Formats: sequence, C-alpha cells, structure tokens
Amino acid sequence: MSSSILIKNGRIIDPAASIDLQADVLIRNGFVSRLADKGQIEDAGVDSVIDAEGLIVCPGLIDLHCHLREPGQEDKETIKTGSEAAAKGGFTTICCMPNTHPPIDNAAVVSYVNTIAARDSAIRILPIGCITKGRKGDELAPMYELAQAGVVGFSDDGSPVTDASLMLRAMQYAGPLGLPIIEHCEDLSLSGSGLMNEGDLANILGLPGIPAAAEEIMVARNILLAKDTGIHIHLAHLSTRGSVEIVRFAKQHGVKVTAEVTPHHLTLTETAVAGYNTYARVNPPLRSDDDVQSLIEGLKDGTIDLISTDHAPHTTSEKEQEFGLAPTGISGFETALSSLLGLVHQGKMEMGKLIEAMTVAPAGILQGRFGRLGTIAQGSIADVTIFDPNIEWRVDAGGFISKGKNTPLHGMTLKGKVMITISCGKVVYRRDP
Amino acid sequence: MTENNLNESRGIEAVSWNRKHLLDIDEFSISEFDLVMKTADAMSDVLSRPIRKVPALRGKTIATLFYEPSTRTRSSFELAAKNLSADVVNLAASSSSISKGENLIDTVHTLEAMGVDILIMRHPMAGAGHLAARYAKSSVINAGDGGHAHPTQALLDMYTILKHKTGIDGLKIVILGDSRHSRVARSNIWGLTAMGASVTICGPRSLLPIGLTRLHPVYSKINYETDILRALDGADVVMALRMQKERQSTGLIPDIREYVAQFRLTSQRLAAAKPDALVMHPGPVNEDIEISSDVASGPQSVINEQVSNGLAVRMAVLYLITGGSRE
Repeated sequence: MSSSILIKNGRIIDPAASIDLQADVLIRNGFVSRLADKGQIEDAGVDSVIDAEGLIVCPGLIDLHCHLREPGQEDKETIKTGSEAAAKGGFTTICCMPNTHPPIDNAAVVSYVNTIAARDSAIRILPIGCITKGRKGDELAPMYELAQAGVVGFSDDGSPVTDASLMLRAMQYAGPLGLPIIEHCEDLSLSGSGLMNEGDLANILGLPGIPAAAEEIMVARNILLAKDTGIHIHLAHLSTRGSVEIVRFAKQHGVKVTAEVTPHHLTLTETAVAGYNTYARVNPPLRSDDDVQSLIEGLKDGTIDLISTDHAPHTTSEKEQEFGLAPTGISGFETALSSLLGLVHQGKMEMGKLIEAMTVAPAGILQGRFGRLGTIAQGSIADVTIFDPNIEWRVDAGGFISKGKNTPLHGMTLKGKVMITISCGKVVYRRDP
Repeated sequence: MTENNLNESRGIEAVSWNRKHLLDIDEFSISEFDLVMKTADAMSDVLSRPIRKVPALRGKTIATLFYEPSTRTRSSFELAAKNLSADVVNLAASSSSISKGENLIDTVHTLEAMGVDILIMRHPMAGAGHLAARYAKSSVINAGDGGHAHPTQALLDMYTILKHKTGIDGLKIVILGDSRHSRVARSNIWGLTAMGASVTICGPRSLLPIGLTRLHPVYSKINYETDILRALDGADVVMALRMQKERQSTGLIPDIREYVAQFRLTSQRLAAAKPDALVMHPGPVNEDIEISSDVASGPQSVINEQVSNGLAVRMAVLYLITGGSRE
C-alpha cells in the first residue's frame, strides 16, 4: 500500500479552508502533507500519482446518519457491505444509527460494532448510541457508559422520544457529556397509520396520509426544550417547509439547534410514490415540490446545516410487498452525491455549498474528537474524495455494493460520479475504468 | 349463444377494450364506460332468460382471493363467472395471514401454476391489486383494495343510475358518509365526475378527505358539504356509504349517535332532494344508521336493484377482460 499519493491537476474544493482552486495535493503517511499550486510538487519519490484533470478533489464525505443493520439484520446490510458502499459513494466517515438488534444501548454493543468495523471496514465508522434503553422511550440508556465506549451522539432514530419530560432529562444528562442528541421528529399520534405525504396523491391512491404537522410539532417541541436547557439538539431528516421555518426562527433567536436533510428529500417529491412504488416509501415521507424548494432554500441560507443520507437498506423481498407492508427507507450511499450534483447542474445550489454540507458541516457536529475531519488543509487526516462532476451514468440497483437495492432512482441517469475515495491516505475505492 | 352473436345482439361497435386488468377506473374514457354499460345490458338480457347461462368463458378458470370477509361481492363475482360458464375457485384468506408473511406474489404465482386465468382480489391494503398485477400473467380484477378503489361497485352504481336517468351528465349526486376512507366513494367520485355529474360529498369534516389542493384532477371539481340539507338540496341521486363502527373507536367521530343525529338519511331530509331522487347504498346497510329503514325500503330506494345490476356488470367486466369484444 502506498504511503504517499500525489493528486495532480484537480480542482480542489475545501470549504473549511475557503479553498476553491486548481492545485495539487500530496498525501503522506495518512495525512495531507502539502497543498501547492499546479506542478509545484515533484512526482519523484511519490509512491503513486493520481491525475485528477477535470475532476473535483474535496474532503472525504461525512455521513452523520445511516443504518448499517449489523448486528441483527445482516440480510439487509453488514458493516462490511455498508462501508464498501459508502466508500463507493465517496464517504470516509459514517455514523451508524443504533436501531440494530440488539440496539446500541450499552457499551458491549458499541464495542461489538467497533470490533467488526475495525475488521471489516476501510473507512471510519462512528456509532451513535440510544437515548433510551431498547429504544423503547421509557428510561434513559446509560449515556455515560455509551460515551465512554465511543458513541458520537444519541438517538432513538426510527422512533421519536415521545415523552417530552424524558427528552428534557435526556438533554440535561447528555449536555455535560458533550455529545449531541439527534432526534427523529415525529408525533406518532399524528402520523398514525399514514404511509405517504398527506395530499392529493394520497387521496388518489387511497393511502392514509402523514401530515406535515406530525413532524413540525416535534421540531417545535425539541427546539423549545433546547431553548430551555441551552443544550444542543440536532434534528434529523427534516422534510417540510414548516420545519425549515421553525428552525430558522429558532436560530434567529439563538437556540442551539442544528438540522439535517437527506438527498432524497432534496431531490424527489411524493410523485415518486405513484403506482404504489414501495422503493419511494420512506419516513419521513417524500413531500411536495414546495417543501423541496424550502429545504433547498434552508440549506442555502444555513437554516439546515448539513446533508445526511439516512441510508436505510432493506431486502428486495421486503420491498416487493403491499405498499403498507413494505418497510420505509432508501439505500442512499451509492447515489447520494450524484443525485445532489443534479441540484448543482440545475443551478439550484453552488458546488461549494453542497460540499460544505457533506464535509465540514457534519464534521462540526463531531467537534474534532476524531482529529481534523472534513477538510484537506495541510496537516489534516487524508480523507479525500475525487469525483467527476460531469460524467453521466445510469443507476442500476443490481450493481450496488450495498445489500439494499432499494432505491427509487433505479434506471435513472445521474450526472456526476465518485472516481476515487481515499481514507486515511489509502485508496479505498476506485471506479472501474 | 356464441361471443359473436352476443356482440351482434347488442350492436357493440369496435370500441376497443384493451385492459388486461381492472384495478381502478381512474383512467377510464367515456367510451370505455359506455362499453361496460352496453355489455352489461346484454348480460341483463341473459339474466332475464329461463336459463341464465352462456358459454362465453367456458374453459376459463377464475379464482376469487379475498383477504377481507365479504359475502356479497364475492358471491356476485362467483355467480357472474358461473353464468358465463367459467370454473370458479374461491379462496378465503384472513387479513391476519397477510402480516404472517404469506406472500401475495407467491400466492399469485401458485394460483397461476394451477391454471387460473382471472384473479379477483379483495385486500385490506391500497395498491395490493397493482402489486398482484405487476407479477401476474393472468388478469387481475380489483374487488376492493383498502381505501383505494372498488371499480365494479362504481360501474354497477353508474349502471343503476342509467337505468333510471337518461344520462349521468349534469346530475347532482350526493355521496353521504365517510368518503375519506371509502373505496366505494373514491371510485364513484372518479367515475361520476368523468361522466359529467356534479358530485357533492357530505359528512362530518373528520370523515371528508384531507390535504387536497386545487390542483387535484378530480377532488378539485367536487363540492364539500357538512350540512346534510344543503347537500341534498335538488339532488338527483343520494348514495349513502356504510358507516364503519371503528371510526368511533379511532376518534374520528364522537359516537354513532352523533353521526345518526346529523347525517342519517331520513324521509324528512330526503324531501330536500328532487322528488324522483334515487336512494342508493353499496350494502350491507346498517339499518337506521346511514339510512332510516323506511327510506331504505321506500319507493325511491334502488338498493336491491344495485345488487342485481352488480351481477350483470361483473359478467360484463369478466367478458370484456377475457377479450370478448376482440373476438
């Protein structure tokens, strides 16, 4: 394995360092050792050279929210397949949600995940611990123990913490540990038996709808608790205009809240569900055009801090069922960056902003506890993603590395693709020529 | 009687029927509706004879696969198939078997391996028919899928209206009750609107559809009313829907008495409609809940006719789907 790599002729975009220029990058012993003008670094003595002519070189992507299914649901995904799929998608750091079987609610399970990750993954896997024992929403999980074992945040993702007083205590308890609470905002009494966005299409299909208020009420509640406690809360996968507006208002008033949005909520609407397409069944549901516009605006103006995939692999047989029986979720690692580049090509978002939302912004939530992530400034960890912003390719779910072939993008043509992913100075993915 | 002289006896033109499946009527053209109505007329002729049987579907095997209890719809389809000389096998699967992992696609493939040509399916989940159709080589007829569609019910309702009115275009039709969850309402709203009726849906606000925009292709054209007398004013047809008892337990209405007090179709309230207004109900009627007994059995009620017409319409659908009009 090379201990030094020279990436030549690329366009370097590193929002953390406000860099967007043509330059060469030298990686040595797992760190970025030099960033210099084109042609300034000699090839001599370098183990390997990557010609990035026409390509964009950016910090390795960071995903704060994914599901790796191991332990317990290895038919859907394993840490090995999930991490390889993530590397293919340009990710070098991924944070896995604790809704495994058993859930990550004690140090033993954290240790299990870390052990398997060390054995099977070429990229950094950072587990998130449960807020409550067994994700049941009844009593707090041993958060100190989890923090000591190395979790990077707490979440019962997949379920909300319905009891407001329990959430308040969770925040108070987690605050001094220095780790964020990441909350899945859903009022279950309002989402009820809902299967898709409430609206015209739900009425046409005769499917029960999920109103926007089911999310927004919990967004508002969590913001009020964050205001009360002064403790940071991170809101997962926002999907509605109302949520964006509430978070915007909260930030204007100094509440310590951050928020994320998924690639699918930024690029797809509920119309993907037409024909009872279970591959577009996801929670929160795909929403309207207006919501999508608002999420994009929110990301641009900083109301929404970052993009997370919510990669949620499921088996094909689970998805090939009645709409109401199919599990929610989209396999997102291998299409995330490409689908989002569509927004850049359509002029809806700037390239720098997109990269910021997938690198330095999620790194900020991790607070530097794992070294300098989310940047390729000199001296930082050599996590680097190299992608071609213009190459067109057709999504073939069958060709996914992820065991989850569940994508509504199958058969679609996307523009832009990851060519090389480097994690800690090692090439962990290289696109077949 | 052969298919040919069945066609000739009704003068069916070469209006084409190109549907392999009948899943909903959302995209039906007027000429398709007309074709079903005309074919149903021919089937009514058959039903009026001493021997109510034609060989049109001889050698075809039809399976009814019902994941929800149903006596009326299932036996109507069974009789329709038998009147056309098809062989019928009835499968009753409980709703609970769905969640126990009995895979619908497997079931479809198993039935086809036994030689089933048409699968008539009722299922508690919207879109189940679409799923079956995606995997089926045979034809799938949706006999009701969750809150989505019940196409043959809407077709037989339209047929019944046409037996009494010269056309559907311009009629004021009131659908009374729980139109939010009703597949009967949903299919009728699509069909009747396409045929030019002015549809009003009436019921407690918590049982009317929610989340609609003005862009909806059909719901934007209909009227919403929570006052039954205003809804019934000048109506040509009143369709009452069956009230599901669980709407009370799920908190959508305070209780059935409240519903009855506001929305039961009584003779007094019916007087607000036109004197010759038809009273309809998809059955089975919860007597004195949706409709008072005297109205249900009164002179304006066509509820039993709906049942007879259902047989003719289902025969027509089976006949058309097997390619009757193409031969």
